[in-house]
Amino acid sequence: MFAAKVIGRVVSTAKYESLAGKTLLLLQPTDWKGNAAGDPFVAMDAVGAGAGEFVFYVKSREAALALSKENKLSEIPPVDAAVMGIIDGVELQEEKSDK
Amino acid sequence: MFIGKVVGTVWATRKHTSLVGKKLLLVQPVDGTSLEPYGEVTMAVDHSMDAGTGNVVLINDEGNSARQMLGDKLAPVRTVVCGVVDEVLKNKEYRRHH
Repeated sequence: MFAAKVIGRVVSTAKYESLAGKTLLLLQPTDWKGNAAGDPFVAMDAVGAGAGEFVFYVKSREAALALSKENKLSEIPPVDAAVMGIIDGVELQEEKSDK
Repeated sequence: MFIGKVVGTVWATRKHTSLVGKKLLLVQPVDGTSLEPYGEVTMAVDHSMDAGTGNVVLINDEGNSARQMLGDKLAPVRTVVCGVVDEVLKNKEYRRHH
């Protein structure tokens, strides 16, 4: 799991049916201190995150599982990145930072 | 699996239900004997090992085995702490970690 900042939203009306009702967020990957690192990408929201928030995300198969409905393996949506949580704080060795 | 050093913790109130009650640790991949860091710091779930900052740990970075360890077939987790490293012997280098 890696850290990112939510930098925006993406709206798509015509999308695959099992993605209906889910929010797409634009993420800027960061290090654990919040410094940008790498290129922005789109992720599905699994927790209700909003713009400007410091979050952590998962990629690939785990992202699809994060958004699976009713705990059924047969209903796993086609997702390759998902926001898994909103970071309240990070404590890194020898230095502390709140958000 | 890889050897990592716990360099921090993350706390989050709003998180996926499968992570509720589990410790979230930041792990820096390191060389087993020199502790030289490499690669990116990643977040791992500590479900049963009770590791803390400074510990050298064994990290499992594969989804199916992670889900098996958590006992949750649908947990969206890939990186899990699966051991605390006692010692490493590499070629002729040896290091005891605790």
